[in-house]
Amino acid sequence: MNKKNKNLLKNPGFQSFLAALVCIIIGIFIGYLVLLAISPKDAFGGITAIMKNFLNYGGKKQAVMKYFGSTLVKTAPLVMCSLSILFAYKVGFFNIGAAGQYVAGAAVSLFFALNFNFHWSVCLVIAILAGAFWGAIPGILKAYRNVNEVISGIMLNWIGLYLANSLITIVKDPKTPFSYKLEEKNPLGKLPSFGLEKLFSNNRYVTIAIPLAVIVAILIWVILEKTKLGYELKATGANKNAAIYCGMNEKKNTVLTLAISGGLAGLGAAFNYLSGVEQWATTQTSVPGMGFNGIASAFLGGLSPIGAIFSSFFIQHITLGGGYLDKRVYCAQVSDLMSSIIIYLCGFALFFKIILNRALDKKEEKKAMAENEKGGKN
Amino acid sequence: MAILISYTLIFAAILLLVALGGCFSEHSGVINIGLEGIMVIGALGGALIMQVLSPELPAIFMILIVMVISMLSGMIYSLLLAVAAINFSADQTLVGTAMNMLATAGATVIVRAINSAADASNVSSALRYGKQKDAFGFDIAGFSFNWFVVITVIILIAANIVLYKTKFGLRLRACGEHPQAADSVGINVYLMRYAGVLISGALGGLGGIVYITTGVSEWKFEYGVAGFGFLALAVMIFGQWKPTRIALAALLFGLFRSLSNVYVAFDSLVSLGIPSYVYNMMPYIVSLVVLALTSGKSRAPKAEGIPYDKSMR
Repeated sequence: MNKKNKNLLKNPGFQSFLAALVCIIIGIFIGYLVLLAISPKDAFGGITAIMKNFLNYGGKKQAVMKYFGSTLVKTAPLVMCSLSILFAYKVGFFNIGAAGQYVAGAAVSLFFALNFNFHWSVCLVIAILAGAFWGAIPGILKAYRNVNEVISGIMLNWIGLYLANSLITIVKDPKTPFSYKLEEKNPLGKLPSFGLEKLFSNNRYVTIAIPLAVIVAILIWVILEKTKLGYELKATGANKNAAIYCGMNEKKNTVLTLAISGGLAGLGAAFNYLSGVEQWATTQTSVPGMGFNGIASAFLGGLSPIGAIFSSFFIQHITLGGGYLDKRVYCAQVSDLMSSIIIYLCGFALFFKIILNRALDKKEEKKAMAENEKGGKN
Repeated sequence: MAILISYTLIFAAILLLVALGGCFSEHSGVINIGLEGIMVIGALGGALIMQVLSPELPAIFMILIVMVISMLSGMIYSLLLAVAAINFSADQTLVGTAMNMLATAGATVIVRAINSAADASNVSSALRYGKQKDAFGFDIAGFSFNWFVVITVIILIAANIVLYKTKFGLRLRACGEHPQAADSVGINVYLMRYAGVLISGALGGLGGIVYITTGVSEWKFEYGVAGFGFLALAVMIFGQWKPTRIALAALLFGLFRSLSNVYVAFDSLVSLGIPSYVYNMMPYIVSLVVLALTSGKSRAPKAEGIPYDKSMR
């Protein structure tokens, strides 16, 4: 029994899970303290409202399912963004440019859907290509000009934002600062649901994006863990020179990694905007947070594609849960505060694992020593 | 023309302050992506203290108090980065990103709580400081200048001296280039890196308050500082981690930034028909191109971003 326990604690997957759990608990606790500081008597109700999200509808099964669907609608793009981050991170790149690649995918796919009335399937491919192109730029700069991908990514995020605003202005509803509603302008451009929305009390934003996100996550896991390509990419990330020595094309791998990473973010944007749940605001002056939240859920999920599904769901769950706070007392940003604290704490995850392993090793050593001593006496 | 010059100067000053902050942090070996967040918190601290100060206070006290509080707020916030990156070997890019998100969310929550505590129907995230900020400006022959531009010039000279003419500066830079070697001659690498990050916190915080008091008399904290911290990072790289070159880069970037704000006032620029987003994009495109051309001989501190572990020496 004891031995089994130890093995579980030594399992890196379980360690990641444990680390994430600790981060989440501390994050929620700090969120609770913030609520307490603002208004002590409403704090407990507030934190339960955030944690319950769609469960706030309690007995009303219809409403619960509908808003469960809404959470899933927002989870699908976040899963893609965290896949984008973790795919690049596993190869040794911090793709902070995912936010810009998300913008590229959003703007170009919306433009083709609204301006040329393209079919949704074509728009999905276009979104992937746009994201991949925007991701390939830092890749090329990194491979051939040795420009740090974090810095070029940040620059491209802002360039992307301004380009997107000017592109979407062409397909903007003249009466509002937003792009046209997809359902009204081009119903064929909206992602289909194939009856899926019936499960969620006819929530019309529930589309095939949700199952697709899960499929892509599994696909990324297979690529990273089970294919030659994944092995080569990870080898390049672990030791560039060793990879070159083994005959791998390090430059090609760099560009390819960031292009794939960008494609994933672009697809995520299509999952969000082509489901019709959100319109692009041409007046926005900051890069949409989805790409940055992808960093959060990628690390919270222990950098595992399957973990990313659950961590993305959790982050969207508390983010949307913020909407159920009593607006007269608290503002919805309390959930953003909680998720940013959770990401911050994820930075300590590595340290947590080292400490845990050290403690386990020490325990084992002590046991071995004790056994040895016993043996000596006998 | 006068408005263009005064905007360029003030934007350049903000960028310079924050980029110098980044410069100190990176020379000590810690990448500070969280400058954007540090600016927000510095701005929050400064704006809050301006709320309680009387507008009748003599200008010199107003400037000094606001400056000190903003710098302190930035320093305290930068401890989040220092502790994680120096003591816990955390991924510096991850922690910096988290700090940026935390600052905007945290500042919004705090300001809203304060606003609605004062007046239950007020749920905005804006702070007003219209009268108090008048202390920051002065006129010479019809031109309006900002005292913070003067302060920035002093800080620039000081930064140059500290980095290149003092024992402290030499030690700081050694920790960013080769911490193992620095440690072997008895320099406390952890302490030096703390110093680097805290200086970046102070300068970033100061940059934040100057940014939100430029041109406007209230600030909505939901918007953070609209990417200015990132632009400052670009300025720092464009300036190749050297204070004097950073100053020139800041002037150039400041010019583009103010052009996007005031180009409508110039008939010759309007007649060119260049839309405003082009001016907005320009600094980023220029720095990207320059990076691509010059990164072969980059002067980035060699050990930046790598956590220092004594046992790995």
